[in-house]
Amino acid sequence: MFSSGIDAVVPMLCVTLAALAVMGAEAFRARGEQLPLGGLGVVGLVGAAISAVLLWNRNAVSFGVVVADNFGLFVTLVLLLVALLTIMFSSTVVRRDGLPAGEYYALVLFATAGMIMMATANDLLVVFIALEILSIAVYVLTGIRRDDSRAIEAAFKYFLLGAFSSAFFLYGIAFTYGLAGSTRLDRVGTYMAAQSMSGNPLILVALGLLLVGFAFKISAVPFHMWTPDAYEGAPAVVTGFMSTGVKAAAFAAFARVFLSVFEPFSGEWAPLVWLLAAATMILGTVVGVAQSNLKRMLAYSSIAHGGYLLVGLVAANQVGKAAILFYLLAYAVTNLAAFGVIALLGTREAANDELRDYAGLWHTRPALAALMTVCLLSLGGLPPTAGFIGKWYIFSAAVSAGYYGLAVIGVLTSVVSVFFYLRVVVMMYMTDRPAAIAPPPVSAVAMAALVASIAAIIALGILPTPVLDFAAQSIATIF
Amino acid sequence: MIPLGHYLIVSAMLFAIGTAGVFLRRNLITILLSIEIMLNAVNLSFVAFGRQFGSVDGQIIVFFVMTVAAAEAAVGLAIVIALFRHRESLNPDAFTSLKW
Repeated sequence: MFSSGIDAVVPMLCVTLAALAVMGAEAFRARGEQLPLGGLGVVGLVGAAISAVLLWNRNAVSFGVVVADNFGLFVTLVLLLVALLTIMFSSTVVRRDGLPAGEYYALVLFATAGMIMMATANDLLVVFIALEILSIAVYVLTGIRRDDSRAIEAAFKYFLLGAFSSAFFLYGIAFTYGLAGSTRLDRVGTYMAAQSMSGNPLILVALGLLLVGFAFKISAVPFHMWTPDAYEGAPAVVTGFMSTGVKAAAFAAFARVFLSVFEPFSGEWAPLVWLLAAATMILGTVVGVAQSNLKRMLAYSSIAHGGYLLVGLVAANQVGKAAILFYLLAYAVTNLAAFGVIALLGTREAANDELRDYAGLWHTRPALAALMTVCLLSLGGLPPTAGFIGKWYIFSAAVSAGYYGLAVIGVLTSVVSVFFYLRVVVMMYMTDRPAAIAPPPVSAVAMAALVASIAAIIALGILPTPVLDFAAQSIATIF
Repeated sequence: MIPLGHYLIVSAMLFAIGTAGVFLRRNLITILLSIEIMLNAVNLSFVAFGRQFGSVDGQIIVFFVMTVAAAEAAVGLAIVIALFRHRESLNPDAFTSLKW
């Protein structure tokens, strides 16, 4: 299995080179000169996507620690899509808010490279380094508006709890290394399979610490405290990027570590993840109902969606595994589009992200109101959208694996969540008072990104079979 | 030769001290230092395990962790400075413009 070719790292390399190119271009830019830095990033992302497609079915391994199996490549493609849409939305926002373009795009690309590394890592140490690459980039992106004290505060809270959780994750890696003598996932897996009957308490300590580290990153309750603050304070495009990209990458690594390496101990961790999933779905939904800020509401909604993904992880039968990947894709596209709309409605002075700012949006911006409605219906899980199919497969996996309790909690919280999604729709369509602030114009690139994501949401909702088959094939490579 | 268990106990104690510091201290710089203590406690575990196995892996991992910790500290301090410019305070209880 060992090969020292660099094939498996090519997608990551393309994105990193694009990031370096952006940084270099910014450094040698003449004062006042406008450069198409976002375009440079798009070139790198497209190159990475092409290489990921070419690597399909080849199971390339680089240096023994990065493995481009179909599972990693599927998540890589989702992450590249997330980064592409983020850059398309950003073009408007960077100019409007006067963000430092070079730093902004370079950080988005470095974070993407870290996410891809995390999704394809085959060594716990590489998972840790990838986690830090993406986290450090995202901490800075959260606070990139240095004139906004709320953004800086959000960045600090995110940084503090992120660094704190990294220490727990690292301690878990240390115990795993101490037990298995290696951090390579395949060797750890061999060790764990041999020890499945021993009941060594240190294995449970390692398992618990790794679980805490991952739970922080996917913002599972009770490790979710940073999420609403970080999501509310960050610029809306960055929130869209981190709520989808970071979550997808962390979930990929979580699934890889727990469903393959620690599979022999699923009797120990499945009940814990069951509890996390139930608490996450319930708290995310219940507290979400009480929010008056749209970004904060969507933050709680993204916590709840993390809970649905955990249900897929607990119910890890064949359906559940494919459903995780499908749900990641559906959630990524939907959430990114929703935050894209919020970002496009803001101005430099006012974020316009309170619920009351959306009153009568139908009169001033009918197209954006319609697109936002589709996103919210998909997040709520109503047909014929991607969100409906994703939830359908997650819950049917839970039922077929015998987790009726989780399926019931999932359906009930989905019903409650429809209430707060529809509240926004009612606000946009059925309130007469026109919005106080005239929304700014929307660039063609950002509009194209929005329309493309909405088309994807509806296409995934009507014809999910090809993507589901694709997901089922790709997840078969690791379990 | 000092047995492995002693190193692990010291490491666990340091980790607990760091964790307690994050929760109990009310100064941002001290909280950052507490996180550094946690990371270095883990480093001690890595080195001890590496010596137990007679391999250098554990020590090499520590170099990676130190690099990561340095990058993290750089970004963390930068954020603290930006925050201080807005609030003129290093007490985390003063930062309440977002509901905690």
